[in-house]
Amino acid sequence: MLRIGKIPIAVFALLIIAFPWVAHEIPSIEHYTDIMIFAGIYCLMTMGLSLLMGYTGQISIGHAAFYGIGAYTSAILTTRYGFNPWPCMLAGMIVTAIVAILVGAPSLKLRGHYLAMATLAFGIIVYIIFNEEAAWTGGPDGMIGIPGLSLFGFEFDSIDKYYYLVWTIVFVVFVFTTNLIQSGIGRALRAIHVSEPAAGAMGVDISRFKILVFVYSAVLASLAGSLYAHYLNFINPSTFDLFFSIKLLIMIALGGMHSIWGAIIGAGLITFLSYEWLHYFEEYEVIVYGAILLVVTVFLPKGLAGIPGIIKSWFRN
Amino acid sequence: MNFVGDENILELNRVVMAFGGLMALSNISFQVKRGMIKAIIGPNGAGKTTLFNIITGSFSPTEGKIIFKGLPIEHLKAHKIAQRGISRTFQTVELFGNMTVLENVMLGCHTRIKSSFFSSGFQLPRVRRREAQIKENAMKILKFIGLVDKFNYNAGSLPLGEQKILEIGRALASEPELICLDEPAAGLNETETHVASSLIRAINARGITVLLVEHDMKVIMNISDEIAVLNYGQKIAEGSPEEIQNNRRVIEAYLGSE
Repeated sequence: MLRIGKIPIAVFALLIIAFPWVAHEIPSIEHYTDIMIFAGIYCLMTMGLSLLMGYTGQISIGHAAFYGIGAYTSAILTTRYGFNPWPCMLAGMIVTAIVAILVGAPSLKLRGHYLAMATLAFGIIVYIIFNEEAAWTGGPDGMIGIPGLSLFGFEFDSIDKYYYLVWTIVFVVFVFTTNLIQSGIGRALRAIHVSEPAAGAMGVDISRFKILVFVYSAVLASLAGSLYAHYLNFINPSTFDLFFSIKLLIMIALGGMHSIWGAIIGAGLITFLSYEWLHYFEEYEVIVYGAILLVVTVFLPKGLAGIPGIIKSWFRN
Repeated sequence: MNFVGDENILELNRVVMAFGGLMALSNISFQVKRGMIKAIIGPNGAGKTTLFNIITGSFSPTEGKIIFKGLPIEHLKAHKIAQRGISRTFQTVELFGNMTVLENVMLGCHTRIKSSFFSSGFQLPRVRRREAQIKENAMKILKFIGLVDKFNYNAGSLPLGEQKILEIGRALASEPELICLDEPAAGLNETETHVASSLIRAINARGITVLLVEHDMKVIMNISDEIAVLNYGQKIAEGSPEEIQNNRRVIEAYLGSE
C-alpha cells in the first residue's frame, strides 16, 4: 500500500516538465505557470506536514511561522547585509531547525496533542514579532528589494526559469520523503502513530522520531519561505498569519494526509482556488474553505487521495 | 528447559509501585535464571501487568531496583530497555494493524537498524542492503512461528490466535535474551492454546529466557520451571509448579479461605 512505483514518479516528472509548454499554447491559462510556482512552494510545506500529521499523528498549527522565519532570514540577510541568497537560505533553514527544536522538543516528549497548542501560540508570537520589530522586518509594510536567485551566472529571472527551479526542488524533496517513508524510519513513524507503547517496546525512540519529523517539516517550510521571498522580491507579515497555517492543514486534509500524493494534490488545488477560482467569492472565500474542510472530513476522511480506494471497494462489492 | 544455569538474568529487588495512594506493587523481589521459563500468576488486579510494564520501562518503579544482566535498568525508557535485550508482548494485542504481517516483524528488528535520516532519504546502497537483510531475517521468523504464508496480509485482518502468535514473532525479531509474554493464551481456543504453548517451548529451546503472565493453569503447569504468585501487589509464594499447586496461601488467594 505504501510502495510508490517508478511509473507514477516518471509521470509526475513529465507533468512537471510539460506544464509550462502546454500553458503557453493556451492563452486563457498562460498565467497558470506563475500560480504553479506558488503551488510548488506550498507543496514543499504540505509534504513535510503530511509526514508529521499523516504518518506520525502530530498536529502543527504554526507552520506559517517557520515559513516566515525562512522568508525573513533570507530577506534580512540579503537586503541589509548584501549576502548571496543561497547561504541565506541555508541560514534560514538552520535557524528554523533550532527554533523548531526549542518549540517542539518539550511538547513532543509528552503524549497527546500538546504540539498543536505550542505551535498555535508560537505562530501568533512570531506573527507579532514580524509586525512589531520594524527596525528589522519593516513592520506591517514589509520588506522590498529582496534579490532574485542566480546560479553560476544563470539568472532565474523569468517565470518559466523560476518554475523549473522550484519544481526541481519539489521533486528532489518528494523523492527524499518517499524514500524516507519506505525505509525503516517510515515504518517506525507509522508504528508510533498506531501504538506508542508497542513502538517503544520494539525499541523505537518515540520522542526522537517525533522531534526529527517536526524539525524536517519546519526546515522544508523555511526553504519554501526563502523561495517565496526571492521570487516575489517583497514580503510582508500578512502572508505568515495564523490563517495561512490553517490553510496548510486544509490543503493536506483535502488531498489526504496519509499520502504524499495527497499533499501535492491538496497544495495544488487550494493554490488555484485561492489565486484564481475563488475571486468571485471575495471576502466570503473563508466560508468556502470551511465548507471544503467540512465536506472532506465527513465524506472523504482520507481526502482526494482516498478516492481510488473507495472506487475499488465499490467494484469489489 | 535444560538450559537453566546459575546466572540471574533478571533480578527485582524490593520493587514498589504506587499510583497516588494505590499500592500496585509492594516490595516485590524475585530472580529469573537465564534459560528458564518463569510464570507469574495471580488473581485479576494482582499487579502482574504492572510488573511487566515496570520491567519493560513503560513506567519507572516508585522504589526498588531492577537488575538485568548485572546492570540496573529501572530508570531507562522503554526503547533503551528493548535495546538491552528485553522484548515483550501485550495483554490486549498491540499490533500495527495498518501494516502487513511482514512489516510488523520488520519493525521488531528496529533495535538493530542504525540508519540515519539522510542515508535513508537518499536511499544509499547500504540502507538498501540492510533493508534486504532485515526482510530476510523477518521471513525466517515468520517461518519459525508458522505465519510465512500470510506475510503480505494486513496484521489487523488475522484471527486473534494468529495475532497473538505474530506479536510473539515481532518480539522475537529484536533478538531478545529475555521475552516477557503477557497472557499469550488469553482468548484462544484449545488448538490455538496448544500452538502457543509449543511456540513458547520452542523459543525457550533457542536459549531465550521467558517470563510469562498467564491465567490458563494448564499452560502454566505444563511449561513453567518456576512460578511466582502475586496477590494484591504482594508476592505470596514462589516455587516449582508442584509446590505452588499445594501451597495453602495460593489456594486461599484463588478460592478464598474457609
